[in-house]
Amino acid sequence: MPNGVPNGVREITYREAVREAMVEAMREDAEVFLMGEDVGVYGGAFGVSRGMVEEFGEGRVVDTPLAEAGFVGLGIGAALMGMRPIVEIQFSDFITHAMDQLVNQAAKLRYMFGGKARVPLVVRTPGGAGTGAAAQHSQSLEAWFIHVPGLKVVMPSTPYDAKGMLLAALDDPNPVIFYEHKLLYNRKGDVPEKAYRVPLGEARVSREGEDITLVGAGLVHRFALEAAEALSDEGVEAEVLDLRTLSPMDHEAVLRSVEKTGKLVVVEEDVKTAGWGAEVVSRVVESESFYALDRAPARVAGADTPIPYNKNLEAFIRPTPEKVVEAAHKLLDSRAGVYA
Amino acid sequence: MRDLKDRKELLETMMLIRAFDEKVDELYAEGTLHGTAHFYVGQEAVAVGVMAALEEGDVITGTHRGHGHAVAFGLDLERMAAELLGRASGYCHGKGGSMHIADVEAGMLGANGIVGGSMGIACGAAWAFKQRGEDHVAVCFFGDGAVQEGIFNETLNLAAVWKLPVIFVCENNQYAMSLSVKRGFAHEPLSERASGYGIAGETVDGMELDEVHRAASAAVERARSGEGPTLLEAVTYRYLGHSKSDANLYRTREEIKQWRTHDPIQRFAAKLEEEGVLEKEAWQSLNEQAKEQIEEAFAKADQEPEPDPESALEDVYA
Ligand SMILES: Cc1ncc(C[n+]2csc(CCOP(=O)(O)OP(=O)(O)O)c2C)c(N)n1
Ligand SMILES: [Mg+2]
Repeated sequence: MPNGVPNGVREITYREAVREAMVEAMREDAEVFLMGEDVGVYGGAFGVSRGMVEEFGEGRVVDTPLAEAGFVGLGIGAALMGMRPIVEIQFSDFITHAMDQLVNQAAKLRYMFGGKARVPLVVRTPGGAGTGAAAQHSQSLEAWFIHVPGLKVVMPSTPYDAKGMLLAALDDPNPVIFYEHKLLYNRKGDVPEKAYRVPLGEARVSREGEDITLVGAGLVHRFALEAAEALSDEGVEAEVLDLRTLSPMDHEAVLRSVEKTGKLVVVEEDVKTAGWGAEVVSRVVESESFYALDRAPARVAGADTPIPYNKNLEAFIRPTPEKVVEAAHKLLDSRAGVYA
Repeated sequence: MRDLKDRKELLETMMLIRAFDEKVDELYAEGTLHGTAHFYVGQEAVAVGVMAALEEGDVITGTHRGHGHAVAFGLDLERMAAELLGRASGYCHGKGGSMHIADVEAGMLGANGIVGGSMGIACGAAWAFKQRGEDHVAVCFFGDGAVQEGIFNETLNLAAVWKLPVIFVCENNQYAMSLSVKRGFAHEPLSERASGYGIAGETVDGMELDEVHRAASAAVERARSGEGPTLLEAVTYRYLGHSKSDANLYRTREEIKQWRTHDPIQRFAAKLEEEGVLEKEAWQSLNEQAKEQIEEAFAKADQEPEPDPESALEDVYA
């Protein structure tokens, strides 16, 4: 890592940014540890923890047996004791094995115990499709967890946010599910060398515009940005919001933008039915900002199907920048009697 | 279901499995296939030895490392190849890919992308046989890694208390991805866990087809006669990386080389020569034939059309 770069900012990948946050946290605090399948010498299935076991040893970068329920539970217990565990679920699909631990234990302990407990656990996991890994290795199940009070759910889309939000998640006294995306790992962006925090629960305006609001998170936030560029070529200036945290949701930021543009398209990778986009739309339409809307909001989401293996089939059911543009066109169509 | 009564057939089937996965490895290396696959190379004697103990009507469940189970069961090579190529004529019409090849009607209840994911399914098939008074059995293949999952405990106990006709075949290939059995377990052999459930357990040399076959036949016999499940541990080795991408950082070249000297195909071929079933060196031409069969399957599959993109919306519900 080159020293002497102005302000210590370098361009690194999302993968490196996540790793850097973990490494800095572990250097700072002996109570932080990383646990998961193949996180040691293998470096994690996606190489995120590569090199870490060499620095911190097998006692703090811990290869587990295949026991997702068991080691997530262990993470909860260690967190209850005041440690700062980072638990990696190799593919977010396997989080189902740890569902009881997350939903009935991690999320509930503090409340059930009358505020007398904290579970500062971070669960990191890569979600999403686009890799041809088919139905059991491609899901976006993040919406499930926003339905569970007591859990926080974050989904950073840039290397900068990945590092800052992971460090913030580690400071947070609550269980945080930290969604990464396989197709983001190689994406590069500017990241300061020093430690910094990006607060959880705050959306970010990633592009300003007046004509229509596009809200995204994670990988597909980039689809929204790409769509905005395409729309700009046609003279339409979209405002793009990166939600960053799904729970607690920063709906105020969405309302502010919608009041300006009057049109809302939510871009999400999970399946449309009961996806997190439904929550975004609900919060808009049940607020005063409803009256600022001049078109019904739209969602560009995954189809209500599992993820198929064949590339073309997979592309067919996933959101794309083109689908976002198409949805925007429908909302922008001002011909009389046309109301998409 | 493949007919495996003839000893030469057993050898040929192992060769087919190896040729199939070596072809798949090659296709990944050249970038023809997308997604991922896990290779069965080195473990052929397990699938074939177990399958040889089964009868028409019996069923199996496979794993993420599932091509070997499917070929041993007798699935059509061209339709398997078509599935890997994502074609409409594939077993799953291009929706499943490597990790989900299945032919439920024939009794191949599916490979599985979730470690331990098929253990309950195998018990359910066994339950159906038992409830209906049929004397079929279900074979559940899984890796050493699955033994570490919670469902292992739950399903072995269910099968034990209800005396289900299921054979749990643990393919101990020494690793669950990068985690060695030595690091993943405090106690071996894994088959000793059977006694905790009150069921039969045995560990066999999984590189020796006849050994696997003998133990599997005994387990099937017990299951058919109402004596319940068996935990059969086949000690074996995966020659190639965990999946298409793997730098093998967790093991040594020497170790891989050492295991390769116990090659199940060469051992069985030598045995057949000794028995006079095979002429000297005849195994080489058999091997060539197996490779040709695989080449042909992939070449034909490659002529098949892609599925219609809209088919992605079909078959979510029955
Ligand atoms: C529940 C679950 N956890 C993790 C994985 C990722 N994964 C796939 S295969 C594998 C190793 C499995 O080892 P084993 O059961 O011994 O089978 P082998 O690969 O050796 O054939 C892992 C960790 C998964 N597919 N499912
Ligand atoms: Mg294994």
